[in-house]
Amino acid sequence: MNFGKLLERMLQLIPVMLGVSVIVFLMMLVTPGDPVDIMLGEQQATVEQRAELRKDMGLDLPVAQRFVYFLKNAATGNFGHSYFHRRPVSEVILERLPATVELTVAALLIALLVAIPLGVLAAVKKNTWIDRLATLGSLLGISMPGFWFGLLLMLIFGVWLHWLPISGRSDIASQVPIVTHFLTIDALLALNIKVFVSALSHLVLPALTLGLPMAAVLTRVTRTSMLEVLRQDYVTFAHAKGLTTRRVLFTHALRNAMIPTVTMAALEVGSLLGGSMIVETIFGWPGLGRVVVESIFTRNYPLIQAAILLYALTYVMVNFFADLLYTVLNPRVRL
Amino acid sequence: MNTMSIAKKQTPILSIRSLSTQFSTPAGVLKAVQDVSLDVMPGECVGIVGESGSGKSVCFASVMGLIKPPGEIAAGEVLFDGIDLRKLSPEAMRRIRGKHIAMTMQDALTALNPAMTIQQQLLEVILAHDEDIARQSYWDHKRLAQARAIEVLALVGIPSAQTRLKDYPHQFSGGMRQRIMIAIALACKPHLLIADEPTTALDVTIQAQVLKLIASLRRKLGMSMVLITHDLGVVAEQCDRVVVMYAGQVVESGLTAQVIGAPKHPYTRGLLRATPRVEDLSAPVRPIPGTVPNLINFPAQCHFYSRCTVRSDACLEAIALTRNADGSEVRCIHIEEN
Amino acid sequence: MTSIQTASTTLSPNASTAESPQRLSWRRFSQDRFSMAASVVVLLFLLMAIFAPWIAPQDPNDSDLLRRLQAPVWMDGGEWAYPLGCDALGRDLLSRIIFGSRISIFIGAAVIFIATVVGVVTGLLSGYMRGWVDTVISRVVDILLAFPYLLFTIGLMAMMGPGLQNIILALVYKEWVIPCRLVRGETMALREVEYIEAARAVGASSLYIMAREILPNILSAVIVVSTLRMAHVIILEASLSFLGIGVQPPTASWGSLIADGRSYIWDAWWISTFSGVAILLLVLSINVASQGLRDAFDPRLHE
Repeated sequence: MNFGKLLERMLQLIPVMLGVSVIVFLMMLVTPGDPVDIMLGEQQATVEQRAELRKDMGLDLPVAQRFVYFLKNAATGNFGHSYFHRRPVSEVILERLPATVELTVAALLIALLVAIPLGVLAAVKKNTWIDRLATLGSLLGISMPGFWFGLLLMLIFGVWLHWLPISGRSDIASQVPIVTHFLTIDALLALNIKVFVSALSHLVLPALTLGLPMAAVLTRVTRTSMLEVLRQDYVTFAHAKGLTTRRVLFTHALRNAMIPTVTMAALEVGSLLGGSMIVETIFGWPGLGRVVVESIFTRNYPLIQAAILLYALTYVMVNFFADLLYTVLNPRVRL
Repeated sequence: MNTMSIAKKQTPILSIRSLSTQFSTPAGVLKAVQDVSLDVMPGECVGIVGESGSGKSVCFASVMGLIKPPGEIAAGEVLFDGIDLRKLSPEAMRRIRGKHIAMTMQDALTALNPAMTIQQQLLEVILAHDEDIARQSYWDHKRLAQARAIEVLALVGIPSAQTRLKDYPHQFSGGMRQRIMIAIALACKPHLLIADEPTTALDVTIQAQVLKLIASLRRKLGMSMVLITHDLGVVAEQCDRVVVMYAGQVVESGLTAQVIGAPKHPYTRGLLRATPRVEDLSAPVRPIPGTVPNLINFPAQCHFYSRCTVRSDACLEAIALTRNADGSEVRCIHIEEN
Repeated sequence: MTSIQTASTTLSPNASTAESPQRLSWRRFSQDRFSMAASVVVLLFLLMAIFAPWIAPQDPNDSDLLRRLQAPVWMDGGEWAYPLGCDALGRDLLSRIIFGSRISIFIGAAVIFIATVVGVVTGLLSGYMRGWVDTVISRVVDILLAFPYLLFTIGLMAMMGPGLQNIILALVYKEWVIPCRLVRGETMALREVEYIEAARAVGASSLYIMAREILPNILSAVIVVSTLRMAHVIILEASLSFLGIGVQPPTASWGSLIADGRSYIWDAWWISTFSGVAILLLVLSINVASQGLRDAFDPRLHE
């Protein structure tokens, strides 16, 4: 790995991150009405206090300067104060973040574990019932609103069948020592089966709701790319060499077919991030997304702004790592 | 399958008998290979000549058992050293591929996996077939396979291969890649090599090198070979016998000197007329007018009819392959005419 | 060895049809049963939206508390006059869905239309003029693309406030980059073609070239992409309205209908379910139809 090139690539990230920050900042300026009035709402505050707050927040400064302050503060993790929560914004975010990460990672795992085998199978057994089923499933998956699918799952598994809980992260109040901040993993590490089962059963529906639509997209991509790869000369040559079908499939075909899937998965993480807000709202999952949605109605702009910035930057980083992964998978593309 | 019956020289190592391969398309059935028969004697080099669409590649893909749906072998036998390959189980056939019969493809750049090092691509064929090596313990067998790989790379003219084993195909030149592909094909010392257009994708100077290499390897290893090409010059230089194919059928076959020196079939004659001769560069090069016919639902008549200059109404029937006393064959009823 | 795989296609039949490629593509499209069926469904939805007042059995805003959470006709307590049941305020669900199609389809169409116009213009300018115009536009496109779609629109709606106008604006702000990127790519490719050089040599202005030479050639690609995107936008609008930051009452799009039914998922599952089915049917049909369009017009698949 050429570290010079790696550094160069990382430096190229900076303008993008800057641009993202600009956009998030500009969003703030779009609010109709006076931010301070909106933030304080009905709270008792004199005109002087409001003026002071305005000065504190730098609202009377020119836009460019405000942006610089915004950047400076963001870099140090200072995103202002959440009046609604009576705590600094950064604190609220850090508290709620693990739950969202747990949900998003679970959804990503589900998406990959469903899409890759299904896509490969559909390509290898083209035009059989498996292929048709996978294609139909993909089509349905991309045609329905994710949140509606979630409600449907909730209806079937939670309401009608009573198999799974439909809200929250865990029923059991017992504490489990926090290691990874992922309730499922921590419970497992502590060998507390009851909490583990509870945590897992609460995770299932939200993760499926978030992950299956993504699986739908990825299945199509995997299938198409696998079909393309199977037509290649090197696959024929591998067969001509007398290699087992298993080896041809996994070592020759899959390695090359996975490239578009990985690229697409990285792009789709964006919809995971956005979708997690909706899924957390539906299932009462105590993550950052739900807080953001709540904050919309409580006009808690500093929090919304900070969260959006965090999500966006995460997405930029995910795509950066996907690009790196791409160079590893495809030796013809140098860093 | 361990010992070669070289004592009985008159038994062909490969005997294709009445092979027919077809593809089902939405528009109809395409008979890519029709009733093709040919033999390859041990140690012999047989050239298969034909243009695109003649069925030459499909024929040998059928031999290797590489035809997949919507294609299928409709009829015929493929006898390798007396054993009918068509009757073998897929696993048994797999063991023959690469080990006893090997194949190289036209373009080494696409035939080699771009995401794998040449070491991996060489080792995998050695480890897949060589039981002696596979029986060893883990470290030994990798080491032995590696030694074998370097040995065979040296054989094809890539010396000091150790340094380049970890490189990827795109890091080599075209000529080197072709040699690597040949090395992979020869790694398990096959009895028969099927070389599909080995020189077509290469520069002229490299072509000569590769052909020389192939000839010397043949001598050294005592290997039988099928050389598929559209280039008559290559055939004239390398092959003992030649089989001319057109639109899925064998139209002429015989000793190279005979077929090229005194061709009987109008198509073969046309091919020779269309080939520039180095001894008479001012002689006109006359291409054969027309194109290969559409083989979907093609009627039973002479396939060359639409482009033939000596045709008659009698040619609108199915023409059989006539075998002469000296072993040559022609599929034409108008061979007397010039 | 390519001849193994292509044996069945190298000798293709009709090499000598005198039909123009356009007509051929349309004919292929009409022969695809699924695409045709899907197109019919889309058309039906359009008609439903246009003729809503005449089609809907009831007034969508007519609230009758006696009919609160009434079941669909095939269950206990249902009646034919209210086939899909009623919502929490006793309003007929079917009528609300029919009228909801007006909002959902209108927003989708408006967003796509505006975004496509903006995208095509910026794409043409960016791809043809190059230089600083291209640099600026490309930068903006890159940065906007670095933002996840839903996230961006939620953020924007959070700041701008809800409502029909805002939701169209918010969606347009993100959507235009897609036609822009497509048009830019196609324009850059076409630029180098000889007849453009010839036009320039004759003295045609850049505007003329962009409008009369390049634009007609990229139009089919733009249309195919836009129809596909429409499906996306409809779902996005539904998501925003579901969260409550989209259209506001009394305007009701399908998304808000699903939200309405959410609190009653235990007792009156039909409210959310059928509203979602409407979205599913329309979006599915759009996807199938535009996939069919793409297959019919893609030269690579039918050589």
